[in-house]
Amino acid sequence: MSKLLKMRYLILRRITQIGLLFLYFAANAYGWKILSGTLSASKLFDTIPLSDPFAILQMLSAGAMMGMNVFIGAVIIIAFYGIIGGRAFCSWVCPVNMITDLANWLRRKLLLDKVERKVWVSRNARYWVLGLSLVVSALTGLAAFELVSPITIFNRGVIFGMGMTGGVLVAIFLFDLFGVKNGWCGHICPLGGFYSLIGKFSLIRIRHNHENCTLCMNCKEVCPESQVLHMIGKESGTVTMGECVNCARCIEVCNDDALRFGIRNFTTTSKAKGDNR
Amino acid sequence: MNTQNPKKDTKPNITERRRFLVIMAQSIGLSALGGIIWTGYVEEAKASPLILRPPGALPEPDFLRTCIKCGQCAEACPYDTLIMAKPGDGRPLGTPYFIPRDIPCYMCTDIPCVPVCPTGALDEDLVSHVEEGKKVLDINKAQMGLAIVDHESCVAYWGIQCDACYRACPILGQAITIEFMRNERTGKHAKLVPVVHADHCTGCGLCEHACVTEKAAIFVLPRDVAMGKAGDYYVKGWDKKDQERIKQRDLNNLETTTEMSEKKPQDYLNMDEELFDE
Repeated sequence: MSKLLKMRYLILRRITQIGLLFLYFAANAYGWKILSGTLSASKLFDTIPLSDPFAILQMLSAGAMMGMNVFIGAVIIIAFYGIIGGRAFCSWVCPVNMITDLANWLRRKLLLDKVERKVWVSRNARYWVLGLSLVVSALTGLAAFELVSPITIFNRGVIFGMGMTGGVLVAIFLFDLFGVKNGWCGHICPLGGFYSLIGKFSLIRIRHNHENCTLCMNCKEVCPESQVLHMIGKESGTVTMGECVNCARCIEVCNDDALRFGIRNFTTTSKAKGDNR
Repeated sequence: MNTQNPKKDTKPNITERRRFLVIMAQSIGLSALGGIIWTGYVEEAKASPLILRPPGALPEPDFLRTCIKCGQCAEACPYDTLIMAKPGDGRPLGTPYFIPRDIPCYMCTDIPCVPVCPTGALDEDLVSHVEEGKKVLDINKAQMGLAIVDHESCVAYWGIQCDACYRACPILGQAITIEFMRNERTGKHAKLVPVVHADHCTGCGLCEHACVTEKAAIFVLPRDVAMGKAGDYYVKGWDKKDQERIKQRDLNNLETTTEMSEKKPQDYLNMDEELFDE
């Protein structure tokens, strides 16, 4: 039971990810009207429009004239992730996360990190890819990332039939397993970069309590964006970097109650850091 | 600086400025490399002219930039006609299309696939007409493609009686008509052959679906692939509507000077050197 409790967020995340995929699938297969469409654009309860703001941005860059509904949908999504943490999308919704988490888990279990030759890619590469996707969209008149995005390819594959989708997923898996650690989600994916920017000022944040910390570094080991935990072992504080995916793996692996979810305190964040030094 | 070890002085001095410039150059260079490959892929991927879109679809380039690939049209289709392009289909990924020989468009009068489109890539205005000041959906205005008959493999053109496509056509008698043709081989029979009329054909593909030959002898192609264009030089003098077409030309972009017409006609006639070149 305690083992399950240690994985409570992980289980919740998998339930959300698979549950959303199932709702999309059921909308097409059984005509359920709970969540129809795909992650690019959907309708909640057949009334509330939702749409991927990054896709809209690319389409605007490509010169598309669009209906009002997609903009309303994009604003709803931006507001939602702006509050609960931009990259909560990455760890709680995105289906590709399950594949990259699997690769990362194998990496840890097989001790690949200790042996493999290192392939280095900058963590900032995603912002370059983000900018590039807008440029390529403008050049080609076609939303560039949407055409190649493994996220929506996987998502549509589940809903409308896989075809050769497996090839794309195996490629991502191999890249993360033998190429770069957290390669796709943590380095390349421009949608992750986009949500990092949106979530820059989000409210729900991981908080570190330095007094409880025993420096076991389990959290940094498991974190897919370990640079956001730069305060571990140094000082108490809130994880403020937008790249944090709010996956809560660090909370789960911590045996000393040194990490918790909290609400960001805009007024005293910097002060608190100074006090605890 | 370091007098003890003169060797170290020969090492190039890497300043912060140089480091910054090199890193930026590398990032921009690699982005350009990625951009070239990416742009190349997108350009190749969208060059897929033989694809049939749902009713009300914008012209292909506009459709490609406006479709958000959400699949709500495919979900709305009661016949599972629409397919969302997946890897391996060889079509722009995630965009809806249909293969009439497998499942044609059944031309629902309420056109469920069009109003659900969130972006307007499927445009209601393209499949509706105004009736008493109100917009009324009209599937007969759809232009998904145009049916083409291959005279070589259509058995009706051989003289065998078949009107499967004509019977299947939802706009029977207008989009497909049956014409009489003398059977020269026997000399005493008529051929009853199907003829498609582009003004009425929506490209639904029910004819292609119904065709009895092993590989359909009547098949739907995208309209801009299937149709030619007479251009501005040819006008139906007996047709008022066709004369309007010429009036609507963009006169600013009209190119009237050619290599020949640059010179005055008189000069042209007096250019005897060029005439007696040989």
